[in-house]
Amino acid sequence: MTDDKPTTGGVPVPVPPAGATSGAPAEFPPAAPAGRGMFGNQGSGDVSGFGGLVRQHHAVEDSPRPYGGYFDEVRDALEEAYPAFGEAIEKVVVDRGELTLHVRPERIAEVCQVMRDDSALRFELCSSVSGVDYLGADARRLHVVYHLTSMTYRRQVRLEAAVSAEEPHLPSVTSVYPTADWQEREAYDMFGIVFDGHPALTRILMPDDWEGHPQRKDYPLGGVPVEYKGAEIPPPDKRRSYQ
Amino acid sequence: MTASNYATERETTEGRVFTVTGGDWDDVVSGVDPINEGRIVVNMGPQHPSTHGVLRLILELEGETVREARSVVGYLHTGIEKNLEYRNWVQGSTFVTRMDYLSPIFNETAYSLAVEKLLGITDDVTERANTIRVLMMELNRISSHLVWLATTGMELGAISIMLYGFREREYILEIFELITGLRMNHAYVRPGGVAQDVPDEAIVKIREFLKVMPKRLKEYEDLLSGQPIWLERTQNVAVLDVTGCLALGVTGPVLRSAGLAWDLRKTMPYCGYETYEFDVPTHPDGDVWGRYLVRLAEIRESMKLVEQALDRLRPGPVMVADKKIAWPAQLAIGVDGMGNSLEHVAKIMGQSMESLIHHFKLVTEGFRVPPGQVYVAVESPRGELGVHAVSDGGTRPYRVHYREPSFVNLQALPAMAEGGLIADVIAGGASLDPVMGGCDR
Repeated sequence: MTDDKPTTGGVPVPVPPAGATSGAPAEFPPAAPAGRGMFGNQGSGDVSGFGGLVRQHHAVEDSPRPYGGYFDEVRDALEEAYPAFGEAIEKVVVDRGELTLHVRPERIAEVCQVMRDDSALRFELCSSVSGVDYLGADARRLHVVYHLTSMTYRRQVRLEAAVSAEEPHLPSVTSVYPTADWQEREAYDMFGIVFDGHPALTRILMPDDWEGHPQRKDYPLGGVPVEYKGAEIPPPDKRRSYQ
Repeated sequence: MTASNYATERETTEGRVFTVTGGDWDDVVSGVDPINEGRIVVNMGPQHPSTHGVLRLILELEGETVREARSVVGYLHTGIEKNLEYRNWVQGSTFVTRMDYLSPIFNETAYSLAVEKLLGITDDVTERANTIRVLMMELNRISSHLVWLATTGMELGAISIMLYGFREREYILEIFELITGLRMNHAYVRPGGVAQDVPDEAIVKIREFLKVMPKRLKEYEDLLSGQPIWLERTQNVAVLDVTGCLALGVTGPVLRSAGLAWDLRKTMPYCGYETYEFDVPTHPDGDVWGRYLVRLAEIRESMKLVEQALDRLRPGPVMVADKKIAWPAQLAIGVDGMGNSLEHVAKIMGQSMESLIHHFKLVTEGFRVPPGQVYVAVESPRGELGVHAVSDGGTRPYRVHYREPSFVNLQALPAMAEGGLIADVIAGGASLDPVMGGCDR
């Protein structure tokens, strides 16, 4: 479990601070306020004695070719069918047997259109649209993740588009995949990502008058302490825990 | 969105109080002129016996014809995905099992497969654990389809099938209780394997079930398949063809009832499904009747799978060998039911300090999962159940998203209902088999 140099797997995550050697919990100060505290410790959670360690951040890196499997074919087919490939695709990452194309947010609908319609690609089904908040690890912290399935070729591919919390806009893909309708509404509801061109972008899981976007990492879990047999149990995000 | 879209609010001594009157309901009603347009707006649900839980439907009717239908979901939102981020990876399985409460084993398996893929131990999961997963999933598929048959029958006026469906489902829940200790919300399938081994009595009981079930299925068909009212209520009702299904992301029995044999167990196999012998039933018409036939046929296919899984159950471990991941001890049956293994407790408390430390570290801190993201999809009774799991290298999930087939499939309801009769909204909605616990998570 303790690799010397952990791979990032296409996810922008903090790396262990300089000087970290053992991989002990103390060398991974919590990324999000959610996990703050290691058995009640406040601050950096650094009990190793170094003190004042500064977190570094990995940039997500391109995977080297050949990727293996059908991934090369998918990339080549997209490059051929979509002239603006070089401009629209920021990175191509292959990790754990899955292909991720990082797409510039303003291009996402175009790329989806090509992915669906080109005869060498044929990603007919948009399986899933979800959001991830990389608070503190990426300046464009809100990522929208699309999972496309090609039933013709039995392939799956992931598209990822990153937007900032200040300017959380990107085009809706509902005109290409109508099934993205509710899933984009969910991403708006949970992360505050605005999908331009969506027919009715309203909250879907939370009440209409809810304030804030609950799945963002800076949105607290909430909860109240519970008394049980004389002892007070703090809410989950206040409990002592490792991160 | 402007402030006027929100509910009215006022300050009180205990904080701000909102007066919620049902969102835009007043606007919707006042926007329709009942005299000149001949249309009325009907609010069906969220508490209606035929809406499969808390699903709200807003229907604009002209006589008995539905002109527009909109579904409103979210009444059962429990924030499970957010909660997962505050628990370690193993604890996650106790949360996800509560999403779609009719197919808990599928939720757990999809989650476990995702965590295993992140850990890179997919190939280390033992043969026996995989076989048990298949066995449990297929039993669960039967029980879920039985509930579908029971509730849909009831909603369309066939009360007796409701009693029969729940009777047979009870049988499966007893098997689950015997194996996992719980009738529902098992947290039985865990990252790395399953929580405990299948006891011999359970095998006997499953064999009994396999003997009884074909007769019972025949009974259902005798009751329904030739029944003129059932045929009237289901044939050519709520039709959705393959194009419509794909555009709206509908998968599972509804897609197969339209004629496309897309089943992830065949097309993108997991847990060793590629080594089993079974068929993917389809139907050409894409109506409620087709969905009924497909689901009954799937129960038969699942029984075949259960039988094969029983035959290939060989003794062996049910957890990965890596002690950094595997739970330190399996649960055992005690005097007060399923719980901690007394033998294990005696060992860590009385004999081995190292075992105690190991147990403590693994249970309180959990294991670390290398950073990265994966998407794993399994074929649940309702369609593609996908898990998008992201790890930042910590002991807790960074983000877990469930692609819930109930949630995605419900989008197809307006397409099925509009232009049809109001009675067919019930049949169409029921034929999607939505489970609101899964839909709203």
